[in-house]
Amino acid sequence: MDFAMIFFILVGALSVATAVGVVTSRVAVHSALFLLVHFATLAILYVTLNAQFLAAAQIIVYAGGIVILILFVIMLIGSAPLETRAGYRSWVPYAGLALGLLMLAGMAMTMLQMPLTPTDPNANQGGAPILLGVQIYSQNILLVELAAVLLLVALLGALLLARQPKTEETTIS
Amino acid sequence: MVPTSYYLILSAIIFIIGAVGVLSRRNALIIIMCVEMMLNSVNLTLIAFARQWDNLNGQVFVFMVMAVAAAEVAVGLAILIAHFNLSKTTNIDDVNVMKW
Repeated sequence: MDFAMIFFILVGALSVATAVGVVTSRVAVHSALFLLVHFATLAILYVTLNAQFLAAAQIIVYAGGIVILILFVIMLIGSAPLETRAGYRSWVPYAGLALGLLMLAGMAMTMLQMPLTPTDPNANQGGAPILLGVQIYSQNILLVELAAVLLLVALLGALLLARQPKTEETTIS
Repeated sequence: MVPTSYYLILSAIIFIIGAVGVLSRRNALIIIMCVEMMLNSVNLTLIAFARQWDNLNGQVFVFMVMAVAAAEVAVGLAILIAHFNLSKTTNIDDVNVMKW
């Protein structure tokens, strides 16, 4: 068991623990902070998978953007204690957990049969920004344009949804 | 070198934790967070396979998935705030304005 395996097991265990923390927290801010640590552990795993640019993008977009957005919404909505147990029948979480374990067993049985190791460890081009950038802007340029359109549509949609309804005549200066 | 199937198992575990969270929590914010966790688990799978087959298309796809996830979270939170301004609750059992 070399250092890479021990490192992967430690970071993976932290990732799973924070994921469980997101799902089972009773306070919304605790869930958001658990999510932040979860994204950071995933960024560490991306670095071990030779995807350095995506690790930085993960921190910037997810940890530095999405978690901040969620914390803003928690601030706006209020941090009253979350739902009590009276919303659903008491056996529903346990049934969900049992079904989830069944799904995990099925996935694990399939995945562990595949002999998946990298074909040639030294031939990986790696995820350095210049290599990924050359790939994106030469072969996948259409994806960049579509992502731009998608982000524009999302921006307009968010602005439209957050607008106050017009109640009286307002002059636009 | 850590085999790819280990990363796939970790991704499956995170995906299932996210799926159980989406199905069993009633607060809309926690559900959005669990959906983001599921998207991240798929990102991990894509990057693991990009290393496995020495093909950068997996990483390009992850880049686009991150853009889509950011856009979806923005619009989803806008919908949540709009609904909260209407009904003052984040419990999704109470999101029944459009029921027949």
